[in-house]
Amino acid sequence: MITKRIIPCLDVDKGRVVKGKKFLEVQDVSDPVELAKQYSLNGADELVFYDITAASENRDIFVDIVERTAYEVYIPFTVGGGIRSIDDFNKVLRAGADKVSVNSAAVQNPNLITEAALKFGSQCVVLSIDAKRFCDSWHVYRNGGRIDTGLDAVEWAVKGEQLGAGELVLNSIDADGIKDGYDIELNRTISKLVNIPVIASGGAGKKEDFLEVLTEGCADAALAASVFHFNEIPISELKEYLQKNGVAMRR
Amino acid sequence: MIAIIDYDAGNVKSVSKALEKIGLDTVLTSDRAVINASRAMILPGVGSFGKAMENLQKLDLVDCIQNNVKKGKFFLGICLGMQMLFDVSYEDGEWPGLGLIGGSVRRFDPGLKIPHMGWNALIKNREDAIGRQISSGEFVYFVHSYYAQMQDWQDVVYYAEYGVNVPAVVRKDNVIGMQFHPEKSSDCGIQLLKNFGELIR
Repeated sequence: MITKRIIPCLDVDKGRVVKGKKFLEVQDVSDPVELAKQYSLNGADELVFYDITAASENRDIFVDIVERTAYEVYIPFTVGGGIRSIDDFNKVLRAGADKVSVNSAAVQNPNLITEAALKFGSQCVVLSIDAKRFCDSWHVYRNGGRIDTGLDAVEWAVKGEQLGAGELVLNSIDADGIKDGYDIELNRTISKLVNIPVIASGGAGKKEDFLEVLTEGCADAALAASVFHFNEIPISELKEYLQKNGVAMRR
Repeated sequence: MIAIIDYDAGNVKSVSKALEKIGLDTVLTSDRAVINASRAMILPGVGSFGKAMENLQKLDLVDCIQNNVKKGKFFLGICLGMQMLFDVSYEDGEWPGLGLIGGSVRRFDPGLKIPHMGWNALIKNREDAIGRQISSGEFVYFVHSYYAQMQDWQDVVYYAEYGVNVPAVVRKDNVIGMQFHPEKSSDCGIQLLKNFGELIR
């Protein structure tokens, strides 16, 4: 049977991991390739790299990291951040990424999802949705959570699947950084309506949060950053805990 | 030298890097002469079946591959490349494959999440040198929406469970297929590639 996945997320700025200061005994703690190797050794099922570099002239540094990671790490990884065109997809896929995630650009140009799915296959098109609660629903935000698009997040997720996305990442803006658990309702609502894998993101603070979102929240995978970077929750321990609690894990 | 067949099949870099890492020389090529001179062939693949077969035909490589296989050269198909080993695929239509292993390629039934994406356990169907040092229960990384329906289940070395029994490693003589991505399957995947390396020594 297929296992649920644990996915560390690395935010990369100008070639360095942001918030990666305390990780284990790694010498160069903020080198993304070193961190990726460590995570892979510790049992991460997949990795996500977000390029948060603002200036476009620094994008080549990021592509270089993707290339080096593909050489050093033999688990799948997704690349996101600033992907706006088919050409951007091409660049990172050619560099060795397995999947590409789109967010704001897909909201503004939904066709990008379809074009990319036709060209590269749905399996490598990940739709990343920044969602924030609005009354009893969720709105889609873009530009790093700064702009409310007014779109309903559940409708957008369903439409994303129809357009050809092969996977969804649901980032809860409300839960992000609070470390008080994932948005269970958001994940469950969307998981029940789509037929593609859902990755929960935002809010992980303790092991129980992972268990909750992978069971009650019906998510297929859970993504987190700081709890892994700071080694607050070692991945191997987390996976052992989840396995003991009935969630199938790769060991 | 292993010829990795270049037919615009998406990310082939990971495959060549993984092979390089374990000491196997590769060349990415669509040149018939280079393929004919190679020690073994690998067909990687991401994307759609029809388009991929069309590309192979455009490059005039279908006969070339089939002839090399007839001569006994080892041939490994990965992911879509494995699906292309079969007789026919029903992905968005009906497409003839390379016809090297008996069977057809069909979509997973609705009700399951599609693609079958993530880590799933290998279950051994029979002993084979390609599975050296790999026991049942080891995990590999799958990403696919279509799977092989075998004519002869004896061609299956390992399978995985996803609603149905999904052929994961198949072998018929010198033709081998892996439905998952060995180059993305951590230690287990690397071991399988090493085993392939041993076979072609």
